[in-house]
Amino acid sequence: MIELDRAAYSYGGDALFADISLNLTPGSFHFLTGPSGAGKTTLLKLCYGALQPTEGQVRVFDEDIGALGRDDVALLRRRVGVVHQDCDFLDHLSVADNIALPLGVAGKVSSGTKDDLTELLAWVGLTHRRDAHPPELSGGERQRAALARAVIMSPDIVIADEPTGNVDWEMSQRLLKLLVELNRMGKTVLIATHDLSLIRAAKAQVQARVLRIANRGVQLAGADL
Amino acid sequence: MSVFSDLTSLLRSDAQSVQVVPPSGFTAQLTIFTAAAMAFLAVFALALSMASGRLATTWGDELARSSTLRIIAPQAEQPALTATAMRILESTAGVASARPLDAAEQQALLAPWFGTGVDLSTLPVPQLIEVIEAGTGFDSAGLRLRLEAEVPGAVLDDHRQWRAPLVAAANRLRTVGWVSALLLGLSVAAMVTLAANASLAANARVIAVLRLVGATDRYIAQAFIRRFTLRALGGAAGGTVLGMFVVRMLPAATDRAGFLTGLGFQGSEWLVPLTVPLLAAAVAFVATRLAAQRKLRELA
Repeated sequence: MIELDRAAYSYGGDALFADISLNLTPGSFHFLTGPSGAGKTTLLKLCYGALQPTEGQVRVFDEDIGALGRDDVALLRRRVGVVHQDCDFLDHLSVADNIALPLGVAGKVSSGTKDDLTELLAWVGLTHRRDAHPPELSGGERQRAALARAVIMSPDIVIADEPTGNVDWEMSQRLLKLLVELNRMGKTVLIATHDLSLIRAAKAQVQARVLRIANRGVQLAGADL
Repeated sequence: MSVFSDLTSLLRSDAQSVQVVPPSGFTAQLTIFTAAAMAFLAVFALALSMASGRLATTWGDELARSSTLRIIAPQAEQPALTATAMRILESTAGVASARPLDAAEQQALLAPWFGTGVDLSTLPVPQLIEVIEAGTGFDSAGLRLRLEAEVPGAVLDDHRQWRAPLVAAANRLRTVGWVSALLLGLSVAAMVTLAANASLAANARVIAVLRLVGATDRYIAQAFIRRFTLRALGGAAGGTVLGMFVVRMLPAATDRAGFLTGLGFQGSEWLVPLTVPLLAAAVAFVATRLAAQRKLRELA
C-alpha cells in the first residue's frame, strides 16, 4: 500500500534520512516515533506525496510518487486521509462544510452527503458544533473535525501527524479510539507521535508496529514500548 | 488545464468552488470599481474612435469626389466665362458632371457671414461651379492649364489641399481612440493580474488546505478565475451602461456641428460598447488563469 524503496530525503544539502525501505501493508497499524526534528513529518509527507524523495522511490497504491504530476498526486490524496497537528481549516466555512470539503473538491457531493455528514459528525462527537466555525473550536474538537475530514472520502490510508499533540490525555484516548476503529474497518493507519503513552494504549487494542527514526534511518522499535 | 474546460466550469454554477476562497470585501470592491471606471473610459474612447471614423469617411469619400471651380470676374462677364468653363468641363475626361450654383445656393453659402436676403448682384461674388468626379477622377493640372488659357480668373479647388490633413487628423484620432481602448483593456488585465496575485498569495494557506484534501490545480484556479471574471464582468457592465448613458446625453450633432457635438454612436454603432463588459470579462479570465497557473506552480 505504501512502499519506500531505499528512499532518501535531503534538505539544503543535508540528508535528513537515507536508504529507508518500508512496506506498509493494507490494514496495518503503524506508529512512527523519534525525537523532534528527526524527520517524522517529512517521512509522512513523502507517504502522501507532499514531498518527493531525493533518492530512491516511494510507491503509494503501486504508483511511483516521483513520476506523478501535481494533479495525479491530488487524485492520489483523495485516497489518503491526512490529519495534521495544526489542523488547518478554511476558517470562513462551517465545521460541516470543512468536513465535506474533500467531497466537494472531488465532485462527489450527492443527495446522501447530508446524511453521511450527520453520521460522521456523530461519530467524532461534533454534532452540536456542526455550524460552528473552526476558530471557535477547542484543540480536541479541531483534531476530531480534522479526522472526520480525513475519512469522509473513505480513504484506504489514514495518516496522522501528532494527532494528540495539542489535546489532554482524555481527548487523546478518544482520538485513538477513533483511529483504532478506522483500522478495524480495514484502513491502513500511520501515526507520527512522540507520545509513548498513546503508543502503549494503542498496542493494548490493536496489533501496532512501531517504527523509530534514528541515525537518518528507520528501525523497528523493540518490545520495550 | 484546458481553456475550454475552464470556460465551461465558469459558466456552470458551482457555488462550492467559489466558496472555498474566503470573501475579500475591500479588494473585491476595488476590482469592481476599477473595472467599472475602465469600462466607462473605454466607452468614451470608442465614441471618439467612431466619431473620428465618421468624419474621416465624410471628408475622405464625399468631398473627395467633388471640386469647386470659382470664376472671379466682373458680373457682366461671368455668364460667358461660365459657359466656356462648362464647355471645357463637359469635354474633360474624368468629370462626371458640372453644375453652376444658382443665386439661391450661393446666397445660402454666404448666409453665415452676411445673413439672409443679401442681393448678390451688388457684391463682387465669384460664380461657383460644382464639379463631380467620375471613376478615377480628372487630371487637375491639365484642367487648370486649359482653364487658364480660356477662362481667365478661374480657380479650380479640388479640396485636396485642405482635405488631406483633415482626413489624416481624423484617421489619427480614430487610431488614438482604438489604442486608448486597447490600453484600457491592458490596464484591466494588469489590474486583475495584480489583484489575483495578491489574492492567491494571501490565500496560500487556503490553497495548502485544498491541496491536502485532494484539490487539483484546475479546481483551485477555477475558484479564483470565476471570482475575478465575474467581478470584472459586473464592474464593466455597470461602467459601460453609465458610459453609454452619458454619451447619449451629449448634445446631438446639428447642421453646424463641430466635432464635439458629433461625439457618440449612431445606429448599429451602439452595439460596439456592449462588447466592453464581455471583453473585460475575457481579459480578466485570461489574466487570472495565467496568474493562477504561475502562482500554483510557485506554491507547489
